[in-house]
Amino acid sequence: MARPAATVSDAPAVQADTPKQELGPVFKLAAGPSEYLDQRLGIAKLSRPFIRKVFPDHWSFLLGEVALYSFVVLLLTGVFLTIWYTPSMAEVEYDGSYQLLRGLSMSQSYESALHLSFDIRGGLLVRQIHHWAAMLFLAAMLAHSLRVFFTGAFRKPRELNWLLGVALILTGLIEGFAGYSLPDDLLSGTGLRFVDGLVRSIPLIGTWAEFFVFGGEFPGDLIVARLYMVHILLLPAIILGLIAAHLALVVYLKHTQFPGPGRNETNVVGYPIFPVYMAKAGGFFFIVFGVLVLMGALMQINPVWTYGPYNPAEVSAGSQPDWYMGFVEGAIRIMPNWESHIGGTTWSWNVAIPGLGTMGLFFGLMALYPFIEAWVTKDKAEHHILERPRNNPTRTAFGVAAMTAYGMLWIGGGNDLVATQFHVSLNAVTYFLRVAVFVMPVIAFMATKRICIGLQRSDEERLLHGAETGIIERDPSGAYSERHTPISQGEAWTLTQHRQYAALMPAESDPDLTEGQLQRENLRRRASRFYFIDTLRKPTRAELEAAQHHGDGHGEIEGGHDGNGHDGNGNGHHSIEAGATTSGSIPSQ
Amino acid sequence: MTDLERSASAGDGHTDIDVANPESQYPVADPGHPEHLPRLTDIDEKAADRATRQVATMFSLVPVLAIGFAVVYFGLSRTMYVDFGFLHVNLQHVLLGTTAGLALLLIGVGAVQWARQLMDDHEMVDYRHSATSDRDDREYVVRELQKGTEESKVTRRKVLGRSLIAALAAMGIPLIVSFADLGPWPTKKRRAATIETTIWSEGVRLVNDITYVPIKASDLEIGQLVNGQPENLKELEGTEFQQARAKSSIIIVRMDPRTIRIPASRQDWQVGGILCYSKICTHVGCPISLWEQQTHHLLCPCHQSTFDLGNSGLVIFGPAARALPQLPITVDAEGYLVARSGFTVPVGPSYFERDSRNDFQEGDN
Repeated sequence: MARPAATVSDAPAVQADTPKQELGPVFKLAAGPSEYLDQRLGIAKLSRPFIRKVFPDHWSFLLGEVALYSFVVLLLTGVFLTIWYTPSMAEVEYDGSYQLLRGLSMSQSYESALHLSFDIRGGLLVRQIHHWAAMLFLAAMLAHSLRVFFTGAFRKPRELNWLLGVALILTGLIEGFAGYSLPDDLLSGTGLRFVDGLVRSIPLIGTWAEFFVFGGEFPGDLIVARLYMVHILLLPAIILGLIAAHLALVVYLKHTQFPGPGRNETNVVGYPIFPVYMAKAGGFFFIVFGVLVLMGALMQINPVWTYGPYNPAEVSAGSQPDWYMGFVEGAIRIMPNWESHIGGTTWSWNVAIPGLGTMGLFFGLMALYPFIEAWVTKDKAEHHILERPRNNPTRTAFGVAAMTAYGMLWIGGGNDLVATQFHVSLNAVTYFLRVAVFVMPVIAFMATKRICIGLQRSDEERLLHGAETGIIERDPSGAYSERHTPISQGEAWTLTQHRQYAALMPAESDPDLTEGQLQRENLRRRASRFYFIDTLRKPTRAELEAAQHHGDGHGEIEGGHDGNGHDGNGNGHHSIEAGATTSGSIPSQ
Repeated sequence: MTDLERSASAGDGHTDIDVANPESQYPVADPGHPEHLPRLTDIDEKAADRATRQVATMFSLVPVLAIGFAVVYFGLSRTMYVDFGFLHVNLQHVLLGTTAGLALLLIGVGAVQWARQLMDDHEMVDYRHSATSDRDDREYVVRELQKGTEESKVTRRKVLGRSLIAALAAMGIPLIVSFADLGPWPTKKRRAATIETTIWSEGVRLVNDITYVPIKASDLEIGQLVNGQPENLKELEGTEFQQARAKSSIIIVRMDPRTIRIPASRQDWQVGGILCYSKICTHVGCPISLWEQQTHHLLCPCHQSTFDLGNSGLVIFGPAARALPQLPITVDAEGYLVARSGFTVPVGPSYFERDSRNDFQEGDN
């Protein structure tokens, strides 16, 4: 048995026993100021719970950190950019150092973006760091949300933090788009033209919304200044608030941890904030910042001077928004051209449905999902041990299906480039995606579920029969089999730590429930059957013991059970009477 | 009846997994925290010294790079470029970024290396507490809130609370009303003067959109497409210019009259196979610009809506729903192309109040 790890203890008795240590020079130096601050702010009391707070370690927990640090980089570089950027659509004639655009009429904001890029030392560098950081911010948030989703970290008590995360991604998208529109170059102006068409298409209030957003007819002379305010004040403040709440909840609820020996629902195993995470997380901030600066230095992004100033009569082929808007763009592109003309009105479904509906659908489903799953399982317990994705095949399959739909839309956002790069018909790509966006997620769902169950089987194989050794043995009857070695208790604990739910059958009647309640209950039961009927039941203690005994008589031949599949009742196939088998047995024929 | 009992009784006897029973939930006992394995740096002083040197070296390179940054900032000309194969970069930009980026990276890698190799790596255990408040706290809060509510007299004098809620709700009115000036209201009259009209009118010459040179019918070859604007666009400036240009942009195209279909109602909208269409897509308003000479198709590069210019601008592919508005044109006395009138329908993307009954549709003549 392993010895227990050091425990954070705030029992005063222990402290009394420890001899008083001589303070180091830094502590002596800080004693005076600390005393001053403590008498006014109580800093010892404030910091006491946090200094040695334990955080678990896993690479996937870094994704959220990447998002946080890229946001810090965005704030730092953004402040620098505001020093030179002018949010004005007033027309000026360019007379700067980029010769190809000299003499052209352009807006002041585009001119200031050019000035910043060519005449301010380090200006282009900071602009490119800012743009790369925005890309990374959104990518890291999405990747982080996938980690949280697939490991079930959104379950009670973290549902509200999941909602904060969804809100962060949504505001992050809008924030990114607002920033993208500020340089007022041909590409960003075309993006605004699209927004104009989108806002206009909203049934009933579209024209009003358009006139209110743009301050009149497109493009007007207000939108850039308004987006500037949104981009540097309104949304950053909202995002900061959301991040603060998001992190406060992580601290309050303590971080989740992956299953493993010594880890359970009542503890958290890891390293203390001070000094380990101070160094690791602090160091990681500098790594993220450093990588972003190197990207800004070496990888060109959004070269606005090549696009030219915005001109509503011009557009480049291959125009696309930044990647994170690609799924909305794709929905817009592959949507059939449905429009209703009723009396003197026009209902522009071809723009309103994909433009507003795609975001609404994705973020709506995302926000609702934890509550849907909680309704299906009726699980009211707190969950702090993360699930391995394979152990909740239906959730994992839903996640992959959503990713697939997103991916299809994303391909649609570049249907013209897919057509030209792969030499296929643009129309064929579009028609294909119209179907694929619905069909591929279903295929992905089924495939993912099967893969998860397969992985569960391999876990089961290790639990019941042990690990493969690569040693082939021949028994007296001439049969060959591979010797298996039992896995450690730690691994067995890890593989069996997850919670399992019953797949329920609809009830025909229930004296405790009214007709309506029974209908709702049966709906829930059908959902739970859909969710859990295929999930492989983990072996019971008795089965594990039985398998161990069989393992002693290695190589005996018995009716195999593997490959029977499940019988559709959700009772798995490891009931003892079904014939638990030995390791490496060969079905007798 | 609890859920578990219900699930057990309702099922067929196989479906229930007794999740409440810890014996069944955890078939394997937790072996406890694994033994701590020392790192090389824990047992070999030399390895620890080496790790210390690595970290210190990384940290001490940072000042060198920071000074390098300043040298590049002040010492290099902004106009020095490196041309090497595919590489064409501004030297100062790249060196500023690489010095600053590497410096930051070294701080980060050094700190992480320090934590991984030298800091104590014994895992610690903290205990979780349920997010739920203690029963005591809850009861205290409810009790005291109740007491406070009574002390405030709001329960006895209900009008206090009701009128306060009404007062706060009423402040929503100024809040919302304050935004009514976000933009001019698109009343019927204003729509007619803005999004439903363009600066095209009878007799306005069609000019090249860059040079403003008027276009002569005789100068256009079959298959040729010209991006055009109304001649009077020249008189506008600034915002008005952009707003006008976002609607008035046109394409003038000459096709062989024998290969295209010109409906009877539009016979006099064209000059010997020269037709003029709005360049603004009826989908979301991108300027349509990709021309397929042989098929007479015009494709929008934004969302790939495709229009048949040989058939009154009807949509043949993509998300656009309405045909491109056609501008009726003729020639003036000097042989220049001029508009016979403005557009007969609003150009650009759809909006709710748009009367789309007059747009050209498949089968119209």
